[in-house]
Amino acid sequence: MKKLSLLSLLILVVRRDLVLAMRRRADVLTTLIFFVMVVSLFPLGVGPEIDMLRKMAPGVLWVAALLASMLSLGRLFSADYLDGTLEQMLLAPQSLSVLVLGKMASHWMVSGLPLVLLTPVLGLQFDMSVPAIGVLMLTLLLGTPVLSMVGAIGAALTLGLRGGGVLLSLLVLPLCIPVLIFGTGAVQAVTSGLNVSAHLSLMGALLVLALVFTPWVTAQALRISME
Amino acid sequence: MAINWFKYSAPTTFYPLAGKLIPWFAVSSAILFAIGLYIGFVVAPADATQGEFYRIIFIHVPSSIISMLLYMVMAGYAALGLIFNTRLSSMMASAIAPTGALFAFISLWTGALWGKPMWGAWWVWDARLTSELILLFLYLGFISLHASIDDPRRADRASALLAIVGSVNVPIIYFSVKWWNTLHQGSTIKYSGTSMHVAMQQAMFTMLAACWLYAIVIALTRVRSIILDREKNTKWINELDEVRS
Repeated sequence: MKKLSLLSLLILVVRRDLVLAMRRRADVLTTLIFFVMVVSLFPLGVGPEIDMLRKMAPGVLWVAALLASMLSLGRLFSADYLDGTLEQMLLAPQSLSVLVLGKMASHWMVSGLPLVLLTPVLGLQFDMSVPAIGVLMLTLLLGTPVLSMVGAIGAALTLGLRGGGVLLSLLVLPLCIPVLIFGTGAVQAVTSGLNVSAHLSLMGALLVLALVFTPWVTAQALRISME
Repeated sequence: MAINWFKYSAPTTFYPLAGKLIPWFAVSSAILFAIGLYIGFVVAPADATQGEFYRIIFIHVPSSIISMLLYMVMAGYAALGLIFNTRLSSMMASAIAPTGALFAFISLWTGALWGKPMWGAWWVWDARLTSELILLFLYLGFISLHASIDDPRRADRASALLAIVGSVNVPIIYFSVKWWNTLHQGSTIKYSGTSMHVAMQQAMFTMLAACWLYAIVIALTRVRSIILDREKNTKWINELDEVRS
């Protein structure tokens, strides 16, 4: 078998996972609907005062995005695990880290990117200002890949366990707190007229850090789980 | 005299060693607790601004310090177990986790008891409180991941990886929480550590040592039980006096 270059391997895995996701569109839609539904529950829960909602909006959207990404993480490796593809991937003479990175990327495109694109609509429901919505989208764009990548570690560790979904959230949510803090902090900074570049730089730093370490850690976790 | 430390990395030799060490640590822990509580309640004067309420720091501060320290020790043992494939290190890591979680919980509980009279609220979203709470979550994640995997080898390795990822994340979480807090409301409480009375310092450090020794006693006792459980099919376990009787 010929050894693929890393980039073509990455593209191959991303394309495969995207095709698989498109064949099962319902899975993608459920995540999206869940996100919209959680966000819509908050005004019903806390009351329709627009001032309070405007203040809460970044936090609500971010927490909903966190929960939505947890929901879809369980599927990241489980289908491949069940039909034996994952075992072949581990045996393949290719870099497992790059393979995992490809799966993370396609997971983000399927579950993170749609949330970012849907954010302006939900932001308008909460009467957010246009610059605030812009910054919120930017932080989600930087932050949701981190959620996918950190979540992949949890997904790999809980592979094939009973009650894996709940356990996965228990493991991953505490690790995602910094992303949540900087993501909502940036929006609050822009609404109170402060400079957002510090928050965005920190989120960028978290993204780069995750990009470097999480594929390797996830690969190790997969090896532990598949032993 | 040269001691071969690697000798005690095998459960066979560590089990009796731990059994011999436990009484020593237990007695010194009890003595230090007695001294620390005596100094704390009798010798140390009442605080100028906080009156008698401040005395809860003699358990609160040591338990917070120990809870953070234990996470690092646990992650260290977990890493050892993952890298060198030593069974005992992984057993130590899973023996430490519940004690760490307990100290994190005690720290939060006593903090709440102190917060009510001082801040007028059981819970304040202060940076220290929040990061302690997250630390408790990390412990609970470690324990529940270990508990939900049936195969002990996989459980050890998976939770070890989680502990290492967690320990890399702890500073990031701490600083982000700290910054989040200052963004919201500015610093609320600051300790002026230098102005502490000598007796208060003595009481606190004695209690810290007592808690540390207590953690060692409990971890060793628990690791002995784990060894008994994991090695129950081996010959040497069945030849132990306490197993035969």
